[in-house]
Order: sequence, then C-alpha cells, then structure tokens
Amino acid sequence: MPATIPEELSAGLQPAGAIQVQAVPPAPDLPMIQARGLHKTFATPAQQVRALAGVDLEVRKGDIFGIVGFSGSGKSTLLRCINLLERPDAGTVLLAGQEATTLDRRHLGLLRRKVGMIFQHFHLFDARTVGENIAFPLEIAKAGRRHIEARVEELAALVGISDKLKAYPGQLSGGQKQRVAIARALANDPIVLLSDEATSALDPETTWSILQLLKDINRQMGLTIAFVTHELDVVRVLCNQVAVLEAGRIAERGEVGEVFRNPRSLAGVRLVEISRGFREGSLFTDGGGI
Amino acid sequence: MNQLAEMLLKGLQETLYMTFSATAFGLAIGLPLGAVLTITSKGHALESPQLNRALGALVNLGRSFPSLILIIVLLPLSRLVVGTTLGPTAALVPLSVEMAPFIARIAENAFKEVDKGKIEAAMAMGTGPWPMITRVLVPEAMPALVRGITLILISTLGLTAIAGSIGAGGLGSLAIRYGYQRFRTDVMFATVALLIVLVTAIQVTGNQVAKHMGRRRHVYE
Repeated sequence: MPATIPEELSAGLQPAGAIQVQAVPPAPDLPMIQARGLHKTFATPAQQVRALAGVDLEVRKGDIFGIVGFSGSGKSTLLRCINLLERPDAGTVLLAGQEATTLDRRHLGLLRRKVGMIFQHFHLFDARTVGENIAFPLEIAKAGRRHIEARVEELAALVGISDKLKAYPGQLSGGQKQRVAIARALANDPIVLLSDEATSALDPETTWSILQLLKDINRQMGLTIAFVTHELDVVRVLCNQVAVLEAGRIAERGEVGEVFRNPRSLAGVRLVEISRGFREGSLFTDGGGI
Repeated sequence: MNQLAEMLLKGLQETLYMTFSATAFGLAIGLPLGAVLTITSKGHALESPQLNRALGALVNLGRSFPSLILIIVLLPLSRLVVGTTLGPTAALVPLSVEMAPFIARIAENAFKEVDKGKIEAAMAMGTGPWPMITRVLVPEAMPALVRGITLILISTLGLTAIAGSIGAGGLGSLAIRYGYQRFRTDVMFATVALLIVLVTAIQVTGNQVAKHMGRRRHVYE
C-alpha cells in the first residue's frame, strides 16, 4: 500500500524513496491531530471497562492542548490511541491529515518517528548514557553519525543538560530525567508531542521548570503538544485549549480561560471547584468537604 | 596417585570444553528464540499470537523430554554432524539441542523483566523488531541475561555428567565409571570436589559481572 504522507510529515522520514512517500501540500490551518469516533473497551477478568465511548478530538497546529479528567476517565487511553500504542476498537486517527489507523506495521513505525512522546516515569534506557538516550531515535531513523553527534549536542543545550551527556539516567534527578526524555522525544523533529502525565511525578518547582521548557519549545518551534494530566494548575499555566474527559466521553472543551471561568459540564464544574478549593485551603481547613 | 591426577585433569578439561561449548551453541539457538518469543508477545514490536504459540509449543516440546532420553534420541544426529557418538565433541550436539529451549525460556524471562514502559517508549519512537532486540532488549536486560547465563552454565555442567554416563567423557563419566562402578571412593570424592569448585567459581563470577554492570549504570538492585 503506497502511503500518502504530507510534506509536513515526510520531511524527516527516511528512507524517503523506499516507502513511496508522496508529498501533499499542507493545508494552511491543518489540524495536527484529528480523532473521530474513538471507542475502546478493555476486558478484565471481572468486567468490561469502557475507556473510550466515542471521542472526537481536533488539535490545531501550535496548540498546547490539555486533556484532563478524574482517574479512569480515559484520558491516557485517548492519548495512547493517538500514536496507536493502544489500538482503538473503532474510529480513526489522522496525524497531519495522514490516516494512521489504516497503516501497516512498517509505515506506522515511520509515522511514529514524527510523533514524540514523554511519560510520567520518563522511561529512559538505563544501559545508555544521556547522550545515547537522546541519540536513540536518530539511530532508529538511521541518521549519520555526524548528524547524530551534532543533533544530540543541540538538543542537550535546548533542554539544559549539556553537562550531563556522559551520565547515566540512574545518576539524574527526576527533573533532569524528564529533560532528557523531552530531548529524546524532539530528536526527529516531531510534528506533535504527546505527554502522558509528564509532570505528575515531579515536585512543584521542577514541574514549573519543565512547563516553562515546554512552553519555550512550543513558542520557538511552533510544536503542537497534547498534554494529559490530572493537575488543573498545570493546564492553567501551560495550555491554551482544554478538553474535559468523563467516562470515556469529552464532557466539554474550549479555550482554557473560558472553561476555567465558566465550566458547563458536571465534570468540569467539579474539577474547577476542587482545584479552587485546594487553592483557598478550604478543603484542608473545613475537612471532609468533597 | 599420578594416574589419578592425570585422569582428573583430562576429565576436567573435557567437562569444561563440553560445558562452555554446549552453552555457546545453546545460546546461539536459544537466545534468538527467546528474543522472538518476546517480541511476538502481546503489545510488542512484532506481535503475532500464532508465531508466539507455535514457538512456545516447540520450546515446551524440547523441554518435555527427559535429558537422558533426548541425548540418546539425538545420538544419530551426532554421528551425522561429528561422525561419531563417543567423546566430548559428539556430546556437544545433544547437549546444545537439549539446552537451547531452556536457554530460550531463560532469555525470554530476562527480556520480559525489562520495564514495559521502556518497550512502549521504544515502540512510540517507531522502533522495528530488529532494533528492538539489539538496541533495547539485549542491552537493557544484560544484567539479567548474565545471571541467566550463570544459571545455564551450571545446568549444562550438570547435564555433562548425564552425558558422561553414556560415553561423553568428562568428570561425570569418571565419577560413574571409577567412583561408582569400580568402588574407587577417592575418584568419587575428587570429582565431586572439583565439581563443587567449578559450580562455585561460575556462580561467583556471574554474580560479580552482573553486579558490576548494575554499578556502571548506577542501578542498584
């Protein structure tokens, strides 16, 4: 099957000739992520868990899109469906206009090189130094040694860990590990960065510095980011768009300011109330408030 | 006394030769098998339930035979490959075939110990099956693999004694032919003592290597 991959996407894909990439001029206001009618049910021994029950999502180029919800609302599953780490039971996913859900294994691999991902627990390779971790996706994309060396230094400087290139992940703090993971995720110039609770294991100060880094990268490179979190304050600081997930459906979505000031869904109201309650300390002082 | 020392030295040489060679050949078959078993499992780079089940069944089949029976069954293969059914080199064929499925399971266990998150991160970066094995699974599982290979070496050592009972030579053969059948208690004690030293040496070396690897990565287990 000859895959038609937009120019946006094919720029860094290698080897270009071998996979019959056909450049399609990108539409000016191209949605980077389009998900339509996503359904996903997990079968556990005890019961069927409906993680996604018909989710539509559209993330525009340059957006930092927050996906929030309570535990079990399906937000991580939704994110993992975008790069098909989880295969949806029904529905389609388009990345920069390219349908991902119909690609075979090899083409999906090529597409994934252009989708960066970071995780709550970093998932760095312990056997590799920081530099080798950042080099990994470049090696996978069969980049030349010279290019890899230059790119690794450039990325390390971008995330501020140039002095740690020879260190092993085991020697780093959580914040430093996440910086390495971000550098690794950016190595192949992704069109989208997916973040699965990337700040949830970090202390508030480190969270703040990682958010600033992501914001800088978004501004400098125009990188589109989809950011799953349960921390509303993180969304407030980082995102411009937000979707509230509840029971596998999108309860509401919109501009961050709008949703926070004026939540219309029950889940949205509850989230905002709890967040506000914590901020004012009422949940601590009154006790048993929720 | 001199004769005994000579006998023991020859037996030791044969045992070491069989143990390390059979482990090497067994690894050559078992390690790739374990890797394929891993990456064809659910959620992995080459997910394929049919292939996974077929290979799993093959491995189980190989492991079902009692050692002695499998060695006897494979003697014609030795004759075909080596030209004889006697001596340490002839024993390598059945020993390697016997060890391969066991090694495959040990390797599979080591590979499955690699944090699922790392596999997922690699998948998310578009890592294909071959780089998944060579650049992720093997290096990340290396300390566990080293501990596994230690276990395998000692198991192979034990197996050479069984092979020794049907003409493979080595320390096991000495213990049976002289120590047991000719009531030479001195030979029996000497061979057992040598085997204890061998097992201890292999285990201690394996532990040290695995520990050193963990230290270099600053991962403490």
